[in-house]
Amino acid sequence: MIVVVIIAGLLMAVGAIGAIWRIIRGPSALDRIIASDVLVATAMIAIGAEMAINGHTDNLPVMLGLALFGIVGSVSVARFISSRDDT
Amino acid sequence: MTPADLFSFDIDGVPGIGIRDIVTAVLVLLAALMCFAAGVGLLRFPDVLSRLHAATKPQILGLIAIVADVAVTNPSLGTITLAVAIVFFQALTAPASAHMAGRAAYRTDHFRRDLLVIDEFTPRDPRSDM
Repeated sequence: MIVVVIIAGLLMAVGAIGAIWRIIRGPSALDRIIASDVLVATAMIAIGAEMAINGHTDNLPVMLGLALFGIVGSVSVARFISSRDDT
Repeated sequence: MTPADLFSFDIDGVPGIGIRDIVTAVLVLLAALMCFAAGVGLLRFPDVLSRLHAATKPQILGLIAIVADVAVTNPSLGTITLAVAIVFFQALTAPASAHMAGRAAYRTDHFRRDLLVIDEFTPRDPRSDM
């Protein structure tokens, strides 16, 4: 199981680093919000993987909250970019 | 024999590793692979629309895998209800935000027109047969 943890952690870390790199480099604000959505999804998957491996369910409400409110930032940014584009 | 005992028998020759551990490992690795694919896709793909395609993989498939994993590890009524709620709300909100981002990308020309197969938003040429 420790091998699985190490492999999964490396894969998730590479995914998160790719998302952070795309947030930093852009080039447009839409790329940044898509990458931040991927970062939130990676965080949710990391929380869930920790729960599944350790065998508890303490953080399921956190995942529910992230699933509910992850839409707010990206929708508002996309909404304002449609009318006025500064990038 | 409780229902939980069905998932915890030992495999021949490998003591201590049950079906439940194997299911956990496979689903965690599947979700981690989705995260990896999204990161590589965000780095490698050329424009907003194709990056949007790559970004959707961990949001739905990876999340379904990991939530099913939690539900398999702790099969109780509350856990399964929360798992269904998480997948439901994520499947409700992720396509909406992706749709808004894609529409904003089209309006502000943040995509490569030469990569499109068909563009159904352009006004149709009346002389063509399509």
